[in-house]
Amino acid sequence: MDPSRKRAIRLVAALTAALLLASALVYTSFSAGRDELTAGQLLTRARPGQSYILAGTVLTGSVRHVGDALMFRVRDPKLRVSVPVRYTGIVPDPFRAGRGVLVTVHEPSTGTQFVGEQDSLTTKCPSKYQATSASY
Amino acid sequence: MAPVGRTLLVLGLVVAVYGAGASLYGGRSGREEWVVSGRRAVYALALVMTVAWVILEAAFLRSDFSFNVVAAHSSTTTPTFYKLAAPWSSQEGSLLLWVWLLSLWSSLILFLTRKRVREIAPYATAVLMGFAVFFGSLAAFFANPFATTASPPPEGAGLDPLLLHPSMMIHPPMLYSGYTLMAVPFAFAVGALITGRLTSEWISVSRRFALAAWLFLGIGVVLGARWSYTELGWGGYWAWDPVENAALMPWLASTAFIHSIMIQEKRGMLKVWNVSLVLASGTLAILGTFLVRSGVLDSIHAFGASTLGVPFVLLLATMIIGGIGLVLWRRERLRSEAHLESLLSREAVFLLQNLVLVAMVFVIFWITFFPLISEALTGTKVSVGPPAFRPFIVPLALVLVALSGIGPLIAWRRVTAANLRRNFAFPVVGAVAICLVLLVTGQGTGRPFALVMFTFGAFVLLAVGQEFWRGTGARMAMSREAPPLALVQLIRRNRRRYGGYIVHAGVAVLLIGVAASSSFQHSRDAVLRPGQSTRVDGYTVRYVRPIATATAQKLSFGAVLDVSKGGKHVTTLRTSRGFYPSQDPSLGPIGRFFDGEADSNVGLQAGATRDIWTVVNPDLSPLRGLINRGNALFGAALPKAMTRAASLPPAQAQASLAPLWQLRDQAISGIATRFITHPWPVSFLLIVDPLVSWIWIGAIIVAIGGLLALWPIPRLARRRRAVTLPVPGAAPAPAPAASAPSPVTAARELV
Repeated sequence: MDPSRKRAIRLVAALTAALLLASALVYTSFSAGRDELTAGQLLTRARPGQSYILAGTVLTGSVRHVGDALMFRVRDPKLRVSVPVRYTGIVPDPFRAGRGVLVTVHEPSTGTQFVGEQDSLTTKCPSKYQATSASY
Repeated sequence: MAPVGRTLLVLGLVVAVYGAGASLYGGRSGREEWVVSGRRAVYALALVMTVAWVILEAAFLRSDFSFNVVAAHSSTTTPTFYKLAAPWSSQEGSLLLWVWLLSLWSSLILFLTRKRVREIAPYATAVLMGFAVFFGSLAAFFANPFATTASPPPEGAGLDPLLLHPSMMIHPPMLYSGYTLMAVPFAFAVGALITGRLTSEWISVSRRFALAAWLFLGIGVVLGARWSYTELGWGGYWAWDPVENAALMPWLASTAFIHSIMIQEKRGMLKVWNVSLVLASGTLAILGTFLVRSGVLDSIHAFGASTLGVPFVLLLATMIIGGIGLVLWRRERLRSEAHLESLLSREAVFLLQNLVLVAMVFVIFWITFFPLISEALTGTKVSVGPPAFRPFIVPLALVLVALSGIGPLIAWRRVTAANLRRNFAFPVVGAVAICLVLLVTGQGTGRPFALVMFTFGAFVLLAVGQEFWRGTGARMAMSREAPPLALVQLIRRNRRRYGGYIVHAGVAVLLIGVAASSSFQHSRDAVLRPGQSTRVDGYTVRYVRPIATATAQKLSFGAVLDVSKGGKHVTTLRTSRGFYPSQDPSLGPIGRFFDGEADSNVGLQAGATRDIWTVVNPDLSPLRGLINRGNALFGAALPKAMTRAASLPPAQAQASLAPLWQLRDQAISGIATRFITHPWPVSFLLIVDPLVSWIWIGAIIVAIGGLLALWPIPRLARRRRAVTLPVPGAAPAPAPAASAPSPVTAARELV
């Protein structure tokens, strides 16, 4: 076979493979992804049974333990609203009031408290934040 | 010393601007004295930044709280070891570290190449100084590590407890070394593109730095993984977190580059590809720093809201647009000198391996940035999380491992049936046999990807072992050396090649560990009272007794666990959770000791076949009543005592408060002791993870191989290689006959 034709075939094969990979990636991202919402967005968009990733900061004074469950409120970084969360599972060491968290939640069919999926709570590492003024 | 530090930062900035300008002028005008002056400016910058760094370290060691950064990230009780590491826990210190390391590496490469690549070096110097200007400006004007306060606090906030880990001393500097070293090949690639000198000369001078960047970044990534493995809430050794991915992407791109440059060196092929990979690796290194600094993506490791995002975006845009523009401008000079002759050749395997690595980078990039992409497209952030990586990364990793075994065995240019039989028979048969043994013994049942990874890993190890065996045998035949000496001499005389083979073996071992630990992990959440037990993967874990300690630094609550299997004692584990005193007065005078920063101490028994990992989550709510009573009692007594003390001279004031502090400490100790005297159920996370140790062993093997490949070859061997290397610009040598080599030829090639 003509070498230039051979090279063209290889290029087409490589581009086809790349296109297939990219298509699969885009499809997976959109189909398997979950909406990451702030507290304000969650309050307006949440539907019972559907799960969302709630992002925000833990409201000061809202953290308490009830049996195995950890209760806290997640505050919207821009709006003055917060949502209550009841969570069970691993609590990361850096978790505390005022810290940025991500937790997968769903709205129960009854009650107003969002339920956090077990072991879905992650806390941003506080040490890596831009240091605010130290309190003494 | 802070004013000296601030002056040095500005001086460094001036020197960097001068160095860039002098080098550019020298390069364009051909005036050597300006080029030399530009190079000396780099040495001067290294000196200035070294002094600045020493001043910052000294401020941390002296606990000089007039430095804002020291007050925010250290304290008098911070151990000296961690005071040394504290500068890079801050944004300000990290930026200074970036410029300092960059100036050191830049000085080293420019000193080593002062008599080589004379046309390219001035432009490379200008690019390196451009980076120094960027990061120096950020340190000088946006996050100054030498900023001070007029009224220093008596005590600092201290280093975050999570960072009180030995890895803090090595992990960040390794990553930063990797990132800054990536700038060196990037700068030389830009220099080569600007001057149009696109032979493999620029590669040969910067190759060692690319390899060093790859090695440092790899060590940094593995140290981070090891650290994460022992922290609760960091997702185990790998969580596909944006910051972890940010370090992995340039490492993968540079892995592709250090393989594909061999094709350019040997065959003059893939010039566009190589220069693009180097530019991409450099850009991804800056992207990594950007992800850590900007807080643009939600990460458990990322900086929060920072103002540095915009400057980084501008720098990245300049690098990407400039890089693409230069490659397009020089596309004619980047044409390959040869073409791929066969898909069954080492060049084709290297190219396929490169494509797989780049595909991995693309997948990681896409999924990492997908929340931003989706927000831009739909207005809503969509997260896909770790499960989205696996369907793509696992098959790509399997192909990569297979190729890392095929690469060392297959011939350049075109393979023959004889080559296939001679080189592949033993590793293929061995790997298939191991696969069958695993199937028969039921080890790979239900986990097809793990089984394939074990098989491919075995293939790589057998292939590498065969290469060492044959090389040593050939050397023994030629020089009549004893086997150990022949092996040492074999490696010593061709460090790049055999170092590379060791890296391949290490990666195979590492990925076998990853496949086993991620596929066959057993975990259990259990709530236990003292004396109760639970089972996980055949192990019986009994909660023996609670433990609690109260020191000036922290309160610690934990448990002693007994692990047994089949009635036989296996190990005793201790796990605890420490609480560091909070400075928040709203928590109360007693409560602030129980509600401060927490740090889990993992109970770990690591072994060759499995790790037993446990962590306790002590629920302190039964102590809440006592803590509240203590808050009320001491909350009432403290203001009166403080008012009385305020009217006394300092020494007497301290003496008058001492009994109250003593009472408070007794109360805290008494409350903490109830965890032991009145134990209640506490929850544990128990994990049995097979072959995790092999991840760390594999990483050590990779590091050893990388160091061997990086180490300069002996003078004699270098001279011998120089004689055999083709003259640049000469016509390529005719292809050797693709038949089975004679024993002497094979021996020569091997040794």
